[in-house]
Amino acid sequence: MSDDVLVMRGITKRFAGVTALHEVSLTVRRGEIHAICGENGAGKSTLMKVLSGVHPHGTYDGEILFEGEPCVFHGVRDSERRGIVIIHQELALCGQLSIAENLFLGNERARRGFIDWNRTNHEAQALLDRVGLRENPTTPVDDLGVGKQQLVEIAKALSKEVSLLILDEPTAALNDDDSQHLLDLLDGLRAEGITSVIISHKLGEVTRIADTVTVLRDGKTIETLPARGLSEERIIAGMVGRDLEHRFPPRTPDIGDEVLRIEGWTVHSPAQPDRKVVDNATLSLRRGEIVGLAGLMGAGRTELAMSVFGRSYGVGISGRVVKDGREIDTRSVRAAIRNGLAYVSEDRKRYGLNLIEGVQRNVSAAALGKLSTRGWVNENEEYTVAERFRRSMGIRTSTVSTPTGTLSGGNQQKVVLAKWMFTDPDVLILDEPTRGIDVGAKYEIYSIINELAAQGRAVLVISSELPELLGLCDRVYALSEGRITGEVSRAEATQERLMQYMTRGQSS
Amino acid sequence: MTTKTAPAPAAAPPAPSRRFSINMRQSGIYVAFALIVVLFTVLTDGALLQPQNISNIIVQNSYVLILAIGMILVIIGGHIDLSVGSTVALTGAICAVLTVQWGLPWPVAVLLTLLSGALIGAAQGYWIAYFGIPAFIVTLAGMLVFRALTLTTLGNQGIGPFPEEIRSLSNGFTGGYLGNIGLGPLGGADLVSLLAGVACVAGFGLSQWRKRAARLGYGQTVDPMPVFVLKIVGVAVVVMAVVVQLARFRNLPWVLVLLAALALGYSLMANNSVFGRHIYSIGGNLQAATLSGVKVKAVTFWVFVNMGVLAGLAGVIFAGRLNQAGPTAGTAFELDAIAAAFIGGAAVQGGVGKVVGAITGGLIMGVINNGMSLIGAPSERVMLVKGLVLLAAVAYDVWTKRRA
Repeated sequence: MSDDVLVMRGITKRFAGVTALHEVSLTVRRGEIHAICGENGAGKSTLMKVLSGVHPHGTYDGEILFEGEPCVFHGVRDSERRGIVIIHQELALCGQLSIAENLFLGNERARRGFIDWNRTNHEAQALLDRVGLRENPTTPVDDLGVGKQQLVEIAKALSKEVSLLILDEPTAALNDDDSQHLLDLLDGLRAEGITSVIISHKLGEVTRIADTVTVLRDGKTIETLPARGLSEERIIAGMVGRDLEHRFPPRTPDIGDEVLRIEGWTVHSPAQPDRKVVDNATLSLRRGEIVGLAGLMGAGRTELAMSVFGRSYGVGISGRVVKDGREIDTRSVRAAIRNGLAYVSEDRKRYGLNLIEGVQRNVSAAALGKLSTRGWVNENEEYTVAERFRRSMGIRTSTVSTPTGTLSGGNQQKVVLAKWMFTDPDVLILDEPTRGIDVGAKYEIYSIINELAAQGRAVLVISSELPELLGLCDRVYALSEGRITGEVSRAEATQERLMQYMTRGQSS
Repeated sequence: MTTKTAPAPAAAPPAPSRRFSINMRQSGIYVAFALIVVLFTVLTDGALLQPQNISNIIVQNSYVLILAIGMILVIIGGHIDLSVGSTVALTGAICAVLTVQWGLPWPVAVLLTLLSGALIGAAQGYWIAYFGIPAFIVTLAGMLVFRALTLTTLGNQGIGPFPEEIRSLSNGFTGGYLGNIGLGPLGGADLVSLLAGVACVAGFGLSQWRKRAARLGYGQTVDPMPVFVLKIVGVAVVVMAVVVQLARFRNLPWVLVLLAALALGYSLMANNSVFGRHIYSIGGNLQAATLSGVKVKAVTFWVFVNMGVLAGLAGVIFAGRLNQAGPTAGTAFELDAIAAAFIGGAAVQGGVGKVVGAITGGLIMGVINNGMSLIGAPSERVMLVKGLVLLAAVAYDVWTKRRA
């Protein structure tokens, strides 16, 4: 057997006239961790779908050799039989079922059609030990956090005697601790001889864990590089095809008076009303200022933002929201919007967009009143507004009535931003504005954020990526366990310092 | 992926074919309707399109069409209403009690009946919108409760006969105010009906023209002139053909006038009013609508109130048509209304659908009913065909969506 576990050669895949992959080649050596990097739309996921049989043999050109043998996969089951297991970004677990049931779903430990529960739970425990998840196998998956669910997925893959594990953005939804654990686990699996392919936007992780990096751009293989000594900047250069000297657009802050102050804000969890999710938080924003809100997952960042925005989260909320020196009503979303607040959710598909409608009807959704007289909408005005935003923000869509569900992540995010810009808010809260967006589109989103601040609006950016906060914000608040544990100006801010604040209180 | 491959000239060619396929998906229902009409015209040797039969199709299906208008809004909002059949029975009974037993003047009685329909809708809307019980459950309960109330109200027997005015609303025709004119080989036809038809066509053409001009003024793309003219002419031919046939028979049925007004009003409401838009946004993505400041609960509540009012209207018309409010009135009407909405292009998940589509869906079932009974098909075969048509319509919709 050769050293190459997997060889994909000249893979070309077309969708209705669009070439998603063009003559892509990929060679994965035995026992390595191979990272695939590229912007959204570069073809990473499509390539993995070709490999795992989601796109069956015959719908693409080119050949796949696994363990030296040509592969003809007609579906995911075929590839799994050969030991190729893909873990998608959206986890495929049944939340109501227990960990053990999920692990052996479709692959039950049964005797004559009846489940052997002892064997199921026993083997599940062994798998959980292997991935380092200390949970009872009978616990429902819904009771686990995203990080632990990710581990369940990996354990499930291990139960199928995997020899090539493919992970699509495994750490996108994880906090730093869980990410670290997952990467350690992959490291351990490598020692056991399991080959992994990971798709990741987090280049820091890629350079840390991978042995080899393949960069895709516009459906083509750009380069395959050994990861040792590789810098993030070098990978980005390959991904975007240009030297991205500045990941953040230049900006000269022009900061005015305080526009919004949140005072003594306390929010309780709707599930456990005696638990404080946000605890006596006070923060202020000034006109033209971009302020960051840093915190680990579970620190209460989104909860803080959503509770301020029309009490969309939480119970037992107390505290004051003061705008321009006057306390304002934010008890309903309408009141919050009327008082000049806007909230862009971290999950644009679930909370931001009507995916079956086009740009036009999405952009107008939060401010239909501005386009209507006596309850009747002027569709022509609406179209004009949508076209204006499409041009000014560079939203790439064939028409403004093309369903937004067909757009790329970056373009979807621009649509959501356009929706809120159209409400003409004084304060925008942007929750993970660049999550799941490729590097080029991130730059565009940053430019839009800068532009919003330059118009004299205050912007509060919530982000899990500290470099993003440092590159974008004039000031950063750190949140830990619902409390504001620190406030740093741009000049004094470092990742280490923020991380100290973000973890403060957790040990004490 | 499409976004990256986009130097402007290269992107241009695929556009027309895509636009065509979208058009096919939206207009598939109308093509299907035309084909079904042609099929049954051939099978019945033209009996389907005889003046009296066209009149019958409209009158016989009017109440289901009215229900379908309300139902499509409910379904666009992401809900369902199983109670409308029972509501039709109960409101019919209420109308009978008010007119026949209490002797109230008919306009007052109709108004009170519509009001009771609104209350029925409000009661269900409360549990759905503000209490958070799925509409399927609430309206399933409503289906039983309102049927029970009907039986209580009627004491298990029919009440009738209705006043002349209510009967003519369901069964009657507009008067021949200006007499007849000769149409050569077609014989005499009512002038008022013809003028009404001409006015409708002219109004439609004018409004389309103004819409087109406004869109052009805003720099939007419009249909090329030949296509635009062809569409107007097509609509005009169909409308005038129906009107001429009706004018040759007994003028326009009053329910047709009512239906036309409802179809126009509700289409405008759904497409162009803030309220209508909010229904679509709730069905399209409930959470996004909530976070955009849409009053989700209030909109849902009023959608069900509206459904109740329309069910009340259908109740009056159905009872008036039979000239009696009976305990079994409206049985399985909810299924016809729901089928009409889905045949007409509504999506199970909500957020998609058109008022005109639902009416066309209802007419497709009406034509199948009528055409098959004309050729003497037994009722079990009619049921079979209707079931298969519903399945085929939704399958077609799913299939085109998957290809898109």
